Amino acid sequence: MQLYRGHVLVCGGTGCVSSGSKKIQEVMANELTKQNLDKEIKLVETGCHGFCEMGPIVIVYPEGTFYCQVQVDDIAEIVSEHLLKGRIVQRLLFKAPVTEEQVPSYKDIAFYKKQHRVVLRNCGHIDPEHIQEYIAREGYEGLAKVLTTMTPQQVVDEMKKSGLRGRGGGGFPTGLKWEFASKSPGPKKYIICNADEGDPGAFMDRSVLEGDPHSLLEGMLIGAYAIGADEGYIYVRAEYPLAIKRLKVAIAQAEELGLLGDNIMGTEFSCQLHIKEGAGAFVCGEETALMASIEGSRGMPNPRPPFPAVKGLWEKPSNINNVETYANVPVIFLNGADQFATLGTEKSKGTKVFALTGKLRNTGLAEVPMGIALREIIFEIGGGIMDDKKFKAVQIGGPSGGCIPEQHLDTPVDYDSLIALGAMMGSGGLVVMDETSCMVDVARFFLNFTQKESCGKCTPCREGTKRMLEILQKICDGKGVPEDITTLETLGAVIKNTALCGLGQTAPNPVLATLRYFRHEYEAHINDKKCPAGVCSALLEYKIVADNCKGCGACARVCPAGAITGEKKEPHEIDTSKCIKCGSCIEKCKFNAIVKG
Amino acid sequence: MCQCNCEEPKSNEALELEKVYVKYEGKKGALIPVLQAAQDIYGYLPAEVLKDISARLRIPVSKIYGVVTFYAQFHLNPRGRNIVRVCLGTACHVRGGAKIAEAVTKAIGIKDGETTEDLRYTFESVACLGACGLAPVMMVNDETHGRLTPDKIAALLEKYE
Repeated sequence: MQLYRGHVLVCGGTGCVSSGSKKIQEVMANELTKQNLDKEIKLVETGCHGFCEMGPIVIVYPEGTFYCQVQVDDIAEIVSEHLLKGRIVQRLLFKAPVTEEQVPSYKDIAFYKKQHRVVLRNCGHIDPEHIQEYIAREGYEGLAKVLTTMTPQQVVDEMKKSGLRGRGGGGFPTGLKWEFASKSPGPKKYIICNADEGDPGAFMDRSVLEGDPHSLLEGMLIGAYAIGADEGYIYVRAEYPLAIKRLKVAIAQAEELGLLGDNIMGTEFSCQLHIKEGAGAFVCGEETALMASIEGSRGMPNPRPPFPAVKGLWEKPSNINNVETYANVPVIFLNGADQFATLGTEKSKGTKVFALTGKLRNTGLAEVPMGIALREIIFEIGGGIMDDKKFKAVQIGGPSGGCIPEQHLDTPVDYDSLIALGAMMGSGGLVVMDETSCMVDVARFFLNFTQKESCGKCTPCREGTKRMLEILQKICDGKGVPEDITTLETLGAVIKNTALCGLGQTAPNPVLATLRYFRHEYEAHINDKKCPAGVCSALLEYKIVADNCKGCGACARVCPAGAITGEKKEPHEIDTSKCIKCGSCIEKCKFNAIVKG
Repeated sequence: MCQCNCEEPKSNEALELEKVYVKYEGKKGALIPVLQAAQDIYGYLPAEVLKDISARLRIPVSKIYGVVTFYAQFHLNPRGRNIVRVCLGTACHVRGGAKIAEAVTKAIGIKDGETTEDLRYTFESVACLGACGLAPVMMVNDETHGRLTPDKIAALLEKYE
């Protein structure tokens, strides 16, 4: 085997690819050959490192040097300085926000330091298209232990002991779910993975699929053994082409090594896994709808019971978990349930991956132990709010969740504490909003999404969300009346109680949570006809501050309505009757002379 | 194999579709993968193709139509050579995704869900592309473009013929 004195890891996750990492890889390979280093230094394309904001990311081992926002022109310098002469290229190191201090090592960056990576243990460290790299990091050892030393019942018991709860949103105990499916009689059962990550603002499943697909396969195989399934499906969104490609490679490689297929590892246990590409419907993230979609029908949910564990795919007992849940499983069996349960809170064990997005300095994926305070995630890992603006709220759990204001940021995060606050874990999307986000607009945004994605099967969801959306639209347009608030609350409560599936039951959450914490913003829209954050354009007026205006005329030239007039070098004016509130003038003004409010 | 004894030679597309039928013959839940493959071959799902699929899979056209119209991925009308997908998900929304969508409309003159007459572009909005760290994001065909600003859009789209 060829030995190398160093490794260069180039991130090949979707984030970095769109920042140009493919080209970086190509140029790096050429440069290494040119400098005769290709026998000494190995170039590896990895999955996502999670710190997408800083992409393209290049890491050099054994030093663990973290180079960020690397451009093609920087490659020659990295190769000749660092790889040839051993001198770190200082200017490409990560600079800590605020202190501006350069951080040479991967492990010392605040974004990573606070994290505890279990699910993402391999993401960014291995080449996801080579099964050997996964195996080298104790991959498939958990499965080997299960198949050779444990009975299915022991596997179920171990899962129950670990306390792992479903990471897809609901937080149902995984061990219990497996037990139901394993107790269902019948020779044919299915193991299913929900990789239809549809929550806008969440991308942890994609990272696992792209960066460490074998951990999902191993988790599913352990689950299949526990419940007695010999066939399984991975339902992936078609919007994730790279994830689908890597999964296909992973399945082929595992089959070749006898880790998947007939008589796995020489035992009696056999299991086939298939990939099903989703066809674009958010409701298919609901388990009964997902199974209807695999069967080739419209992806509409069915009433439960019967639960999938009794009557699932093609009416056979089935177990369905999401990607992050399965990716936890190999670790539980490798190190034992007790070890796993040392992390987290009493009722929520282990870690959770959050997708940090929105108005944050450091966006990306952060995996933290359950029970950490939101403040730590947002201000320490996330680096605080962009452009030194003020924090307003954080939306947790996507369109099914709710927003949490400043005063609750110190609550330890777990499934139950979030529900008490009117939000939910959901898939773990954290969208941070600052003072420039309007909470009524945000609520309308989410409801617009769930309304569009409502499958139309049950009336509360189909009609109710539509009526709620109409009311929100009216409020944003400045036509709200005081009764609207109570109507929203009543409708929301009815939909929550009567909708058929999780989509409908949680759809009113964003509205109810914003009403709970930001009622004054609704009231400002309705009573004062003002949008305090300056977002709802119907409620805004644009003005020029005469003292700041230099009379350059840039605003007048860009105004599509011809609403701005004035003499050269004299303060200009906006004719509010002509103004269409498009905001073009604000973007053009270099002197901050135009304000809205 | 064609067993209808017709004289007309089959088009290349029909021959491709024939391979798909063979691959999924007798398999459960074949409808959606067959529709996906057919759309890859034809670029969209013409009515005749739906009738053909109905006959081959022995599924009523009404059910197929129901499935096709349920999922966002399927299209009953011809599509542009370049598919422009602007993300309007949460992260992109708070970072100005709507302004990107406006810039796209301005650059190529079509609204969300429309296709240009020369079939060069189709414009769609999507709820999330999973690249939220780089918001606002847009995808053209299989390439993701992040950290966009409205003034970058026209030049970016110009590159796709």
